[in-house]
Amino acid sequence: MTTDVATRRLARAQPAWLERLRHRPLWLGALGLAALAVVAVAGVTLGGVAIAPADTLAILGRRLLGWPVAVTWPASAETIVLELRLPRVLMAAGVGAALSLAGVTLQGLLRNPLADPYVLGTASGAALGAAVALLVPVQFALLGFGLMHLLAFAGALGAVAVVYRVSRLGGLSSLTSVLLTGYAVGSLLAAGLAITMYLSGQNLRQIFFYLLGSFSLASWPQVAVGLPIILLGSVVLLTRARALNALLLGEETAAHLGLDVRRERLVMLAAASLVTAAAVAMAGLIGFVGLVVPHLVRLVAGPNARSLLPLSAIWGAAFLVLADLVARAPTELPVGVITGVIGAPFFLYVLRRYRGGYEL
Amino acid sequence: MSGVALELRSLTLDYGVRRAVDSVSARLEPGAMAALLGPNGAGKSTLLRAVSGAAAGSAARRAGMVLIDDVPLEEYDRAEVARRVAVVPGQTRVAFPLRVEELVALGRVPHEHPLLGPRAADRAAVDAAIERVGITELRGRDVRELSLGERQLTVLAMAVAQGPRLLLLDEPTVHLDLRHQVAVMELLRDLAARDGVTVLAVLHDVSLASHFFGRLLLLDHGRLVADGAPSEVLTPERIRAVYGVDPALVPIAG
Repeated sequence: MTTDVATRRLARAQPAWLERLRHRPLWLGALGLAALAVVAVAGVTLGGVAIAPADTLAILGRRLLGWPVAVTWPASAETIVLELRLPRVLMAAGVGAALSLAGVTLQGLLRNPLADPYVLGTASGAALGAAVALLVPVQFALLGFGLMHLLAFAGALGAVAVVYRVSRLGGLSSLTSVLLTGYAVGSLLAAGLAITMYLSGQNLRQIFFYLLGSFSLASWPQVAVGLPIILLGSVVLLTRARALNALLLGEETAAHLGLDVRRERLVMLAAASLVTAAAVAMAGLIGFVGLVVPHLVRLVAGPNARSLLPLSAIWGAAFLVLADLVARAPTELPVGVITGVIGAPFFLYVLRRYRGGYEL
Repeated sequence: MSGVALELRSLTLDYGVRRAVDSVSARLEPGAMAALLGPNGAGKSTLLRAVSGAAAGSAARRAGMVLIDDVPLEEYDRAEVARRVAVVPGQTRVAFPLRVEELVALGRVPHEHPLLGPRAADRAAVDAAIERVGITELRGRDVRELSLGERQLTVLAMAVAQGPRLLLLDEPTVHLDLRHQVAVMELLRDLAARDGVTVLAVLHDVSLASHFFGRLLLLDHGRLVADGAPSEVLTPERIRAVYGVDPALVPIAG
């Protein structure tokens, strides 16, 4: 037993530079913003059509910041950079930040390291909504959104609302029962999804593509509608740092620290579900971001939500822009596949490296 | 300080048809140390939860009054209660990697600015609490690596950092070895004597309670059956009646 404890401690000893970073959250934030800037520029520069990085920067500078630069590029380059790649990068950044923030919040609120933004039924609700939309013969498009986006958004929010209502019967429910209700409702919706997919015939491929997540259809109207929703929810979540800290030792302790536990739970669930629903409606089901990014940031920066929340948003944005860049590098692949391929092995490595275990 | 730190006026708590606490009245002066004794299910923890205000969110129906510093509990807002009353549970579970200093800093949550976070005074209070409890060498350690005794001292440091006038403890020495039991008790005695903190602790160990606490409150089936100095409360007849055991088995220190 003694040797076991000794190895566990050894396994968790952090390198000195990591230890220093832990006490400098502002550096980690600056580093994350720099990484985000680099991948964002790469995201608008690289792609199927080769446009020189200097031209890309000049296009962005001229159009967005009003730099007096002589036009030396073809008009098509400007269209590709401004109309296709820029909204795509912005959407990836927004969705990455949203999923990471929702992940931090739900892990903290449910006190469960396995929680992710989809844990309370948002994923299956959105998937079912999207699948049903493809079965309905009526189609419309408004501001870049179709029936699929709308029903996915409604499905995600509806699923969480049902979970919250059902688990609330008889006073303030335990968090375990919220989690289990989420699982049960999710399973029910997944069964509905299976039936819908079975009935969909020709549209199966489209549903499948949606389930794996993609930014290939990103457009300015979508960004203009989706990002403000994400921004609104994110601001609410970023102000919950104190409550999330108080919840580190459970709801009872949080109440003893002066927290209105019932209200905080409602606010956090609502805001986390809102940003998740918006993210899912825009880009489909992108896994692993909301699970992995919070854990990695927590390992480096510690569990204090005052740094954990903003740092997760920044690094989550950078991670998803990068993943999207990889997803469209050779040929257009679903970005959810990439986040899984990058995320899962890296996560396993980190878990092995910091074999500390979690107390549930 | 004048006045009464904690006063219970015919406090009654019902869970459905079950009466957990039955018209309990008691007064604790500032700096007093009282132990709440009684068999399992006597209502000790329920009583504590009512005083801390945590029971407000539960299904309990409450009658009677709880007054903290002569003001009814419900007239304070939650954060104000948290600045006056700290609660130490018997066991603390940590869901995520958390260092000792980070856990102690949670005690400042009711004091810190909701948006701007802890200020210099908050950080100073955390340092002072860590020093007071004597866990300076544990500061950077992961809470999950600590022994149960070290962990309980860390939770106590968090309560000290909270800077309460009233400290409630629910079986703070359960699972602890003798050395840590005494360490916890001496810290409580020091807080009461030097800082005038009022201490109310649920305890199972009758001899530990009678050795360190000047006053015992004995609960049985939700009713307060005795209140006073250990020698007055722990009579052989009462121990036989409340605990159902032969008092010769219970060593009682003067």
